[in-house]
Amino acid sequence: MSEVTLTPDAVPAVGTPFRNAGFRRRLLRRPTTVLALAFLLLLFGLAVCAPLVTAYDPLGGGDSALLEPLSPGHWLGTDDLGRDIWARVVHGTRISLTVGVMSALCAVVVGVIAGALAGYFGGWLDALLMRIAEFFQTLPRFVVALIMIALFGTSVLKMIVVIAALSWPQLARVVRASVAALAQSQFVDAARVAGMGHGAIIVREILPNAAAPIIVLGSLDIAMAILIEASLSFFGLGDPNHVSWGAMLNDAQQYLRSAWWMSAFPGLAIALTVLSFNIVGDALNDALNPRGNSK
Amino acid sequence: MSKGEPLLDVRGLSVDIRQGATALRVVNELSLTVRRGEAVGLVGESGSGKSMTAFAVMNLFPSPLARVAAGQVLLEGRDLAQMAPAELRATRGARVGMVFQDPTSYLDPLMPVGRQIAEPLRAHGRTEGLEARVLELLDLMELPNAARVARQYPHELSGGMRQRILIATALAMQPALLIADEPTTALDVTVQAGILKLLMRLRRELDLGVLLITHDLAVVAETCQRVNVMYAGQVVESNEVGPLFAAPRHPYTQGLLASILSPHSRAHSLFSIPGSVPIAGQWPGGCRFHPRCPIIRAGLCDTSAPALQARGSGADRCHLSGEPMAADAWRRNEATSP
Repeated sequence: MSEVTLTPDAVPAVGTPFRNAGFRRRLLRRPTTVLALAFLLLLFGLAVCAPLVTAYDPLGGGDSALLEPLSPGHWLGTDDLGRDIWARVVHGTRISLTVGVMSALCAVVVGVIAGALAGYFGGWLDALLMRIAEFFQTLPRFVVALIMIALFGTSVLKMIVVIAALSWPQLARVVRASVAALAQSQFVDAARVAGMGHGAIIVREILPNAAAPIIVLGSLDIAMAILIEASLSFFGLGDPNHVSWGAMLNDAQQYLRSAWWMSAFPGLAIALTVLSFNIVGDALNDALNPRGNSK
Repeated sequence: MSKGEPLLDVRGLSVDIRQGATALRVVNELSLTVRRGEAVGLVGESGSGKSMTAFAVMNLFPSPLARVAAGQVLLEGRDLAQMAPAELRATRGARVGMVFQDPTSYLDPLMPVGRQIAEPLRAHGRTEGLEARVLELLDLMELPNAARVARQYPHELSGGMRQRILIATALAMQPALLIADEPTTALDVTVQAGILKLLMRLRRELDLGVLLITHDLAVVAETCQRVNVMYAGQVVESNEVGPLFAAPRHPYTQGLLASILSPHSRAHSLFSIPGSVPIAGQWPGGCRFHPRCPIIRAGLCDTSAPALQARGSGADRCHLSGEPMAADAWRRNEATSP
């Protein structure tokens, strides 16, 4: 479930109660959500204080033994160059979260602006923006990211830009649908009658009411972006100056039988992180949606 | 502006709704005036064009297909059609406030009501003293515990309170004119009385011109000084409240008045005008009311459209209103007198 499409049904009705006291309760109703949130918090903690919780340089081998199994000195063992796996997994968190969060953030900003303009003003602007969005949507995300990075070289910034460029259309479409519906609503009529300008109406009246699907899609986009970054790194197109889980998996290919720890831990890190973001995204979707609260 | 000059002067207003290549005329050569401190009623059944008239006064239609086809709307002597978009926006909310039928859907569900009341102030560039003004307005609306109410969300308030919030929002910039489009239709009768009383007190205290749009003649009788009765996009009769209720001249007005329930009404004697308002675009030729009229004169009413003729303090649009038979077109007095 790497990609969750929001049908108009899933878009919460007007009046999503963020400030509603029941929101937190609904969000934390399922134990898996609590676990996923806790894991993500832990992950952010590790990313921030990576040098404090690791004893070895993630990039240099030092004098450690090669392919050493799990031991008190190297909790998760060492790789084929004698580098500490724990240190590399922890430092890899930084790149994954940076790419994931930043590209999702860029996609949200672009998607919200494009979607709001298209939904509010309609007409030719709507047609133009949606055709552009459709163009990006028809491209298979990973293949295009692969080609772009292969053509223009790699860096963290380029990865963020490419992934964001491929992710914004889905958001733009959902935002457009919400905004178009809200623009017809009567409290927006009231705002126009009160003499408010278009910008103020969009920012102050419409977008707060369309926030729920944006938040949900944004969290799912983070998972998607982490997966794409890992895949690019796995194919050797990651940023060589940083440790990345995908690159670690690439290194581990030849040692699948002899040193299982080289592939198991970065693989587990990717799987758990993506899973957690998806679980949190789903939980947000349920919690922000006033309907379907029976569970 | 002198006292005698109208605050709002609508002259020969026509509103069209575009339907493909053709246009549907939903308001036809409507004229009315509202003075400062005066409440004017605009009465009619659904589909008679009341709300479209209100939107035309704001020069703001809910659909891009509607537009003013002819006529002028003069607000404080200035033609709205001549104003630049920025000037129009400066007028909306500042010189004219508007209150709607369903306060719930006209309030942003995610914004505390205090902030919503301040929105027009912000929209017109005021940044200081917002909170004080909001509390002052809430007090003016007779809402107790203003500071607490200001922090609440629309769903935490009752329907009557929400309507008071909407009125406070409309009056935030101290407009000269308030347009109230069915302000009490969605409310309970007891709450309705409170809102009407409030509107009338505000009219007196703030010297406010009020254009009250309603389908309910009883509401008009309680609140307005002048009434315009609309039928099928036209004003069919206008007069001061007293004469209009004492001696309605147009058969339609008489029918509307006869339809008002009183404690003496009994189920078997309930009156209603037969038929229904024809929808826009299917209005009959001649007098638009003639298919439903009890005193239709063949060869006259169904062929030539009557003009609005001034009579006494008012005016009506009926060929026969000068004749004795038109004084009691529905023969209600004969039928019900013992």
